[in-house]
Amino acid sequence: MLLNQFLILGAALFAVGVYGVLARRNGVMVLMSIELMLNAVNINLVVFGVQHGVVSGQVFALFVIAVAAAEVGVGLAIVLLLYRNRTSIDVEDFDLMRG
Amino acid sequence: MEALLAFSRPALDWHALAPELTLLAFGTLITVVDIIWDDRSKQAMPTLAGMGLLATLLPILTLAVDGTERSMFGGAYVVDDFSLVLKALFLISGYIVILMSVDYIRDGDYYENEYYTLMLTSLLGMVMMSSSRDLISVFVALELLSIPAYMLAAWRKGGARSNEAGLKYYLMGVFASAVMLYGMSLVYGLAGSTTFGVIAQELGSGAANPVAILGILFILIGFAFKVSAVPFHTWAPDTYEGAPTPVTAFLAVASKTAGMVALIQLVFVAFPGRDDVVQPFFWLIAALTMTIGNLIALRQNNIVRLLAYSGVAQGGFMLVPFAVAAEAPARAVEAVVIYMAIYAFMNLGAFTVVLAVARKTRSGEIDSYGGLFQYAPGLAVAMTVFLAALAGIPPAGGWFAKFGLFRALLDAGGGWAASLGVIVAINTVIAFAYYARILVQMWFQPVPDGDERPIVITGALRAALAVTLVATMAFGVLPGLVGHFGEVSVLSALGG
Repeated sequence: MLLNQFLILGAALFAVGVYGVLARRNGVMVLMSIELMLNAVNINLVVFGVQHGVVSGQVFALFVIAVAAAEVGVGLAIVLLLYRNRTSIDVEDFDLMRG
Repeated sequence: MEALLAFSRPALDWHALAPELTLLAFGTLITVVDIIWDDRSKQAMPTLAGMGLLATLLPILTLAVDGTERSMFGGAYVVDDFSLVLKALFLISGYIVILMSVDYIRDGDYYENEYYTLMLTSLLGMVMMSSSRDLISVFVALELLSIPAYMLAAWRKGGARSNEAGLKYYLMGVFASAVMLYGMSLVYGLAGSTTFGVIAQELGSGAANPVAILGILFILIGFAFKVSAVPFHTWAPDTYEGAPTPVTAFLAVASKTAGMVALIQLVFVAFPGRDDVVQPFFWLIAALTMTIGNLIALRQNNIVRLLAYSGVAQGGFMLVPFAVAAEAPARAVEAVVIYMAIYAFMNLGAFTVVLAVARKTRSGEIDSYGGLFQYAPGLAVAMTVFLAALAGIPPAGGWFAKFGLFRALLDAGGGWAASLGVIVAINTVIAFAYYARILVQMWFQPVPDGDERPIVITGALRAALAVTLVATMAFGVLPGLVGHFGEVSVLSALGG
């Protein structure tokens, strides 16, 4: 099986996602980058599940998909709230408080 | 394919699931009551939520009396003494937070019944977390407790700071869980199973596999975000300042404890043989978290931010025993559990005082505490007890938590433990400096604007203060009390 190729695809997708989260300023694009990271995880899980011949990897991936949908729902709601109050979704605009 | 499709329902132990089901039932009940009676039900909501939490304690008591260790779903969900002690701790912390919330939420402009539903949902996630012994159940419990917390942090819909608090918490939290999941996928790939028991067997052998190290590190980093360990703490002060104060208390105590519980299960049950990764990692982040948290806390002028950074530093103290997980596992679990229990009460107490004072002064600046003793002696004395406990001064509870840390370090011995012990000692002294600043303000400074009207403390806040004060003092005067729970919880966590 093409285990390595799938894992490299997963790692590349994860790296693209991390880059997107760190470099993008648009709130919605940051959410999409997080989705990329989660999908990299799904690829890994499914591939490992097939390699081990057990179903738990696919089940885990289903859980990740379902939970990711809930997460993005909340995330978009928060971004919408920010847009209503500040008419901006640029994450660098939100600096009333500085860690 | 035949084998994959054949499905038989796993045996359910209803008694073991009773706490979760009770909590779920009350969460649902609140939603339904809200839909049917709408505005007329608002007064009853906090009572209903509080009753739900107390009712959930009943099955926990019967399970504790029963005492048998129950394991379900092939070891993925375990109800043992360790999990029962922590479930009770989560529920009691949640109850105190609800007492703190009643007036704050009703007087604010954003009173909605969903607040209590979300609080109960988040607590359900925490209660589940303490039983999870499987990657999937840890992940689901983590998200169940985090997603409602993101919404609670952004609760004040029109408030720019609350919005910002929610956004920062959400982005950091989701990013951390994605990193953690990647680590989990690697660990799953090596072990071929999601249960901690199998992972411990498969990863336990000492061979340094880089993929295993990467996977374990990613998982630990994911939870380091959750417990706001330096350098993954940047969200905490902003979120704590911007979120409604009761929610801040909830995040600082319950959410942090849940992250610690997950770390205990991962380190002691899933990766017990991997101290080559675990020990340096925890040594480093414990030392960094204590030192940087304390140093930044010295510079804060807002009391909520000060408590946020002090909470970061306290989290650092809780991470200390993980660094000696291999040498003295029983003592280390005991030390963390005792620290979490005492921390919950003393920190919730400090936040209750902050809430009560803010009802009058409408300010979070430390200067606004000037002369508190002259017009609110009760609150000043209570705050003194909580700050003394946080600093670790003997009659109040915190000293025993610190004592547990040193006991674990001494039992472990060796260079790692000794060097960390020195850092803990130095940090205890630094922490005293900023707690003392608040004390000086309260006792010796004049009232800032000469406004000496007494503070009206509502019944709910009074109850929250009483519970936290009694618990903080009891842990200090009768340390055997909490020590007993610590010892009980140790045995089964290591056995399971």
